[in-house]
Amino acid sequence: MSILEIKDLQVSYGAVSAVRKIDLAVDRGQLAALLGANGAGKTTTLLAIAGALKPGVGTICFDGEIINGLAPEAILRKGIAMVPETRDVFPDLTVSENLRLGGYIHRKDKHGFRQNIGQMYDLFPILKARSSQPAGTLSGGEQQMLVIARAMMSRPKLLLLDEPSLGLAPTLVNKIFEMIHRLRQTDLTILLVEQNVTKALECAEHAYVLSLGAVAASGRADEIARITDLRSIYLGA
Amino acid sequence: MINSLIQFTIDALSLGSLYALMALGLVIVYGILKLVNFAYGELIMVAGYTLYLLNGSPLPWFIMALCAIAVAILTGVATEIVAFRPVRERSVTAVLITSFAFSTLLQNAALLFVSPRSRSIPLPEIFSETVRIADVVVPLRNLMTIACAVLLLAFFALLLRRTILGIALRAAASQFRMARMLGVPANLIISTAFAISGFFAGTVSIFWLGRIGSVVPGIGLEPLLVAFIATVIGGMRSLSGAVIGGYLLAVIDTSLNNFLPQNLLEFRDAFTFSLVIIILLLRPEGLIRGPVSGART
Repeated sequence: MSILEIKDLQVSYGAVSAVRKIDLAVDRGQLAALLGANGAGKTTTLLAIAGALKPGVGTICFDGEIINGLAPEAILRKGIAMVPETRDVFPDLTVSENLRLGGYIHRKDKHGFRQNIGQMYDLFPILKARSSQPAGTLSGGEQQMLVIARAMMSRPKLLLLDEPSLGLAPTLVNKIFEMIHRLRQTDLTILLVEQNVTKALECAEHAYVLSLGAVAASGRADEIARITDLRSIYLGA
Repeated sequence: MINSLIQFTIDALSLGSLYALMALGLVIVYGILKLVNFAYGELIMVAGYTLYLLNGSPLPWFIMALCAIAVAILTGVATEIVAFRPVRERSVTAVLITSFAFSTLLQNAALLFVSPRSRSIPLPEIFSETVRIADVVVPLRNLMTIACAVLLLAFFALLLRRTILGIALRAAASQFRMARMLGVPANLIISTAFAISGFFAGTVSIFWLGRIGSVVPGIGLEPLLVAFIATVIGGMRSLSGAVIGGYLLAVIDTSLNNFLPQNLLEFRDAFTFSLVIIILLLRPEGLIRGPVSGART
């Protein structure tokens, strides 16, 4: 069943149209990859789903409800969490304070919070080791784990990941994707924007390739992996 | 010798406590919004005028003081709603102008509806009492100022470190957009910051006007200036910097008061500001390094 359905999405930054027409659907529990060159509209799509941007035209339907137009806080409560590519940790807060803030919307549920943070520390042991360090002193890879764990503290049904491997060394990239794989043990749905096409297609079931604000190709991940003109879509030849 | 040291220490500490609270009230809004609240001095003014207006009422002084603080808190929140919220998203310049305008509005309201002349405010008897330490006669009020400041600073530090509200305030101060994306309600955080700012202003007014004994419409200018300078030398991004800046400024002021020759005393402010300029030339970002910012990748 499609937990996320986007129809006819159009998003502009003022006069500049970043997303011209996007239709996509993601099934519950699936990992769908959103690929494409820089400027293709991938981050814009995620921001529109998360409510940080308002679409000019189109509908975004989550779990049967229309969510475009809602404030970011409301969309978070519906169960959609976004991890932006800027890796915005709160640098002066400790790792555990960052995580605690991630669970802000469930702050009244003390017991649930303890369970969640325990789960995150099990999944990301390095965060437990650094739990009282200021987040700004963590390495890039550790900060990436922190922002993912922090987003998970809000107990999302849909996780939007924007370029988690950006700027990380290959061994760290593998680690991050290992984490993503482990996150899927529950029926978490993930929409993953990635520049690292190989890694993304290895773990995704479905993939969409965007070009110039529209869907240029879509299909099962293994089919997309076989497309030879993927290069031309990326390089615009 | 030891007596002048005691005198100096208590003077500097009590003045420093006031300056530190003044600075903290200003920097708590600056930290989150990156905007200076030019109507901050007027929060102290309205607290003073509340005391004046309640003078002669059957209420005990302590209750009057609490009312004054409450009015300062409400005015702080009102400042946000009137001068900041409508223009916050649009333009930084607009906010400077609206907060300045609100400050002028409040001052002129006092001028029109009360009086342009100074008005005396009720003070509790305890403020006129003195205490002997060694051979020095110290106003009890000064010791109360120090004690109150220490309590408030400790309480505030605890609030910021332990409670989820404090964590949210600190997070909003460094990454406002990200805090919103985690569900932290933006308006609530900002209003809380203004309310806390009003609380500090109200407390300052009790003890600071308690030294002067009266209030005029323009009384807010000096605390605003002090808060500004203390914050800048302490480092504008750091709360502890504002506190340290406040105490440092008080030490400078008190030292100059004691050591300047008589004929130069009226130029004391010029000396103070010259020293501030020197500090800023040597350390433009302020004395305390700001919070850790930026990622290490």
